Amino acid sequence: MNHLNLSRYEGEWLSFAQTVEAEGGKKVLSCYQCGKCSAGCPLSFAMEQQPHQVMRMVQLGLSDRALQSPTIWRCAGCFTCTTRCPRGVDIAGVMSALRVIALARNVRTSRRAQAFHKVFLSLIKRYGRINEFELVVRYKLASMNLFQDLDLGLRMFMQGKLKPPRGIAGVRQVRALFRHEKGGGKRSGLRLLPGLQLTRHREGV
Amino acid sequence: MGYAYYPGCSLHGTAKEYDMSSRACLDFLGIQYRELPDWSCCGASSAHSVDHTLAVSLPARNLTLAEQMNLPLMTPCAACYSRLRGAHHALRSDPGLAKKVLTVLGSEYKGRYEPLSILDVLYQYGPEAVGEKVTKKLKELRVACYYGCLLLRPPDYAKFDDPENPGKMERLVETTGASAVDWPHRTECCGASLSLSDTKLVVSLATSIVDMAVRHGAECIVTACPMCQANLDMRQRGRTKLPVYYVTELLGLAFGLEPKRLGLTTHMVNAISLLRAKQLA
Amino acid sequence: MIRVGVFVCWCGSNIAGTVDVGKVAEEAARIPGVVHVEQNKYTCSDPGQDSIRKAIKEHRLDRVVVAACSPRMHENTFRKCAASAGLNPYLVEMANIREHCSWVHSDMSVSTPKAVDIVRRAVAKVKRCVPLHPSTIPVEKRALVIGGGIAGIQAALDIAEAGYDVTVVEREPTIGGRMAQLDKTFPTLDCSSCILTPKMVDAASHPGIRILTYAEVEEISGYVGNFEVRVRKRARSVDEARCTACGICILKCPTSRDSEFNMGLGTRKAIYMPFPQAVPNKPTIDREICRHFTAGKCGICQKVCPSGAVDFSQEDQVLTEKFGAVVAATGATQFSVEVYGEYGYGRYPDVITGLELERLISSTGPTDGKIRRPSDGKIPKTVVFIKCVGSRDENKGYPYCSKACCMYTAKHAILLKEKIPSASAYVFYMDVRAGGKDYEEFYKRSQEMGTRYVRGRVSRIYPLDGKLIVQGEDTLLGERVEVEADLVVLAAAMVPQPDAPEMARKLGISYNQYGFFSEAHPKLRPVETNTAGVFLAGTCQGPKDIPETVAQASAAAAKVISLFAKSELSTNPNVASVDESLCSGCLWCSNVCPYKAIEEKIITERAGKETVTRTVASVNTGLCQGCGACTVACRDGAMNLLGFTNEQILAEVEALCL
Repeated sequence: MNHLNLSRYEGEWLSFAQTVEAEGGKKVLSCYQCGKCSAGCPLSFAMEQQPHQVMRMVQLGLSDRALQSPTIWRCAGCFTCTTRCPRGVDIAGVMSALRVIALARNVRTSRRAQAFHKVFLSLIKRYGRINEFELVVRYKLASMNLFQDLDLGLRMFMQGKLKPPRGIAGVRQVRALFRHEKGGGKRSGLRLLPGLQLTRHREGV
Repeated sequence: MGYAYYPGCSLHGTAKEYDMSSRACLDFLGIQYRELPDWSCCGASSAHSVDHTLAVSLPARNLTLAEQMNLPLMTPCAACYSRLRGAHHALRSDPGLAKKVLTVLGSEYKGRYEPLSILDVLYQYGPEAVGEKVTKKLKELRVACYYGCLLLRPPDYAKFDDPENPGKMERLVETTGASAVDWPHRTECCGASLSLSDTKLVVSLATSIVDMAVRHGAECIVTACPMCQANLDMRQRGRTKLPVYYVTELLGLAFGLEPKRLGLTTHMVNAISLLRAKQLA
Repeated sequence: MIRVGVFVCWCGSNIAGTVDVGKVAEEAARIPGVVHVEQNKYTCSDPGQDSIRKAIKEHRLDRVVVAACSPRMHENTFRKCAASAGLNPYLVEMANIREHCSWVHSDMSVSTPKAVDIVRRAVAKVKRCVPLHPSTIPVEKRALVIGGGIAGIQAALDIAEAGYDVTVVEREPTIGGRMAQLDKTFPTLDCSSCILTPKMVDAASHPGIRILTYAEVEEISGYVGNFEVRVRKRARSVDEARCTACGICILKCPTSRDSEFNMGLGTRKAIYMPFPQAVPNKPTIDREICRHFTAGKCGICQKVCPSGAVDFSQEDQVLTEKFGAVVAATGATQFSVEVYGEYGYGRYPDVITGLELERLISSTGPTDGKIRRPSDGKIPKTVVFIKCVGSRDENKGYPYCSKACCMYTAKHAILLKEKIPSASAYVFYMDVRAGGKDYEEFYKRSQEMGTRYVRGRVSRIYPLDGKLIVQGEDTLLGERVEVEADLVVLAAAMVPQPDAPEMARKLGISYNQYGFFSEAHPKLRPVETNTAGVFLAGTCQGPKDIPETVAQASAAAAKVISLFAKSELSTNPNVASVDESLCSGCLWCSNVCPYKAIEEKIITERAGKETVTRTVASVNTGLCQGCGACTVACRDGAMNLLGFTNEQILAEVEALCL
């Protein structure tokens, strides 16, 4: 009755794994669910679905569940899982591939993390480098998380660690890398870039 | 010879003390370097979560710039190290991707030199040779060397040391006369990349790492990553607070350089008082 | 006039599914020399073979081409079939239109003309075949068994019981192997040495068995029935005939090192017996550490020996002997678990391997059978077992399953409970593989005794306050778990001996990507190798437990016995042959021959009015394996491989390319 009907996912069984592999997550089907990734994950204590369970979702083609899982945004990219995986699966790579796909398909789960990445890249696009001051300010505006770390920010400002932004001479070349993503192959970053436009700036520095 | 020096964005901001102390140490040891002209961000924290190609193309621009200088690229930042090496690896092993990226950049990439961490450079200089330059022994300073993630993982391309049982940072630090404690969390992740978006979690990670260092008798933590340093420095909430130094700060101190020149005054957890108590500053 | 018959096989749908068999038959009929063509659904079946026999007689065929599968599969079948119809079996040629054609193509318009070409090639060759006749060689009815573990002992006993002489060569100072190190055996829990030592003694006292310990095989030459083997028997520095095994020398020896038998958990002297029941029960001097040999001093053992058996001047003995068959029983070893930095073996003394635990449980071990942890000798209260360390891990170890670990870990957990009833045992596992008689029941027994089986791998171990913190995952709970352990036991993978490839080269046999020796066929010829007369027993062929090892050893012995039951063997006539009239005597062929089968020969002949003597090459047909290297090396074209002559091969090339 309330069984998860696997037959319904047969269409996605292999295709989703291939999509994930195309975004850089290697050897998804090799996973044999030993759990060593979850066992060593520094953040799995705070994950509702453990990393190996997300791997399972990918293997079974349960794409919605995998892409909506907050686990993929909790992953800190420390590569402990990848380093120790006995089957040579790049689990951290699968997590980042899932983030790429989630953004591209506009799956909005962890708004803060997503806002952070968008602001981060928009700054690179604007200046060619990250200005941490602007990164923090814009992130806080985007995530509606204004007051956290205010004291730390003030101290840093006093220490001269947070400085006003300056662009680099080669910023056009850096922007070309983003444009290339737009024009590039069929599964490029294009689909996430509408999100980037939320924090679009005037061109030029 | 020498190196192309890639500071990365953090070293021009929150990690300026790492930049100051790195340059001071390189100058002191007479290691030649030139800042990579017009370098751009490697995309560290975000690009790989947004687009697979961008994660390679952003660092690739810097790799090609360094290759045009015909110098090996060196960076103090562990996150940049990881992205640069990842891109170097990808450009050499994935011809399709390499072509796509290099066409936009309008340059070639042969990849003659592997990108290096400043620790690689110091290690190539030789721990013994570094030790000979020490003028002020940091005796009785008990240090917990903290490698974090990106210098060691994934071992496919981040090959600074053994991913599970590294020892190079200890060897460098011990040349100063300090003693490195044996403690288990040297390679545990502090969660720095989530520092802004998932602060509560990161506080618990940072605190448990610092507490473990305290349990093993450490008086301070040493790291080679601006993300780890900032994170541990800002997010630790344990009963005993430990100052978190950059390797180059301690080395600079042992070379007899001015604490101010090394940026030791701009830490969150007071980095001077421990040194004063030990009569090292 | 040559009369060729072509038999095109459907192989059910294997060939007929992708190749237009009718078209192939039609084209074959047009090839000059072909006088008869027919199709069969299964040519290898009895009716199929009958039709060949019938056609040979009715159509007076003197050559046969069977267009079917690989010659490795059925060449022998059809040769025998032709022979039974009175045709020389070497006048049959296979055209492989299955493995080389139908199985690798899906498009019939491609595969059909290709199949026709393959048939054309075979016809071109068969027309140039000549009748060949095997010769016979004698069989030396003595067997060599390399390795004196349970596999070697069992094989030696079985062969000797059949009445043939056996020599066992063991490189350690005693026979017994890995099994001697074990405490108890699963699933019956009988004591390992209690069942092994009687066999060791049987072997030592059997009149048909000679045991050479502290000895190694250096070289093997020759061929089935006639191997010549050089064995180096290392100097023991103890005269075995005089020694009474009183043991006073061992007692008085001042030098010691880690005991190999106790897996480094205890020490042994420079003059030593690995364990009390060693066979032969005579000590050996380890010259690497003995002070007499390293510093020219000491000599205490010689002074105290009441029978004057210690002989420092003893030298290695090199024996060269003939054997008719060889059984490789060289065993396996334990994976070096140090590569798992996350488990800390080598850094944390209380992280040990399964074999080390065997020594800690054994009453002949360093702790007299009391399980004490190595760091401080305390009795452990919590023990964690981790399975698949080095097995099923292509990242740090080997992709294969080591097969015995699931059961020995269950055994360890049971023995732990028996020795320390208050102790708790955790087993981190991925799957419990208990396929074997009474194995699943044994696993259940371990569970019911209170062993906590946790499904998941361990990610990391670190020491904290005298405990080992074991961090793993319970994948069934979906939660990270942690155990504070006193002792951690790693079930290390079973891996090939480090020198297995070297031994394989000596034996002239192949080995797989890991270094395990390859059997001739994984299902149907499991104890034979691709070199006739060399057989496999035990873990040198792949991971195994004791019952399987013993079964394979007896199987290898049966193969040896059936070989020895023949008084002579017939040889393959596909050997090299020299046309002396063309041979210039350069003997380059002899340089390239891997089997040392080519010798020089002086011939005398008349040239005009004079008599000249000159050198030519000569092939020893007993040694020649028909590899053909000499035919390629010969500049004069004087060397030919019978059944694959230069003329035949060129005819095949022509048929395919012109």
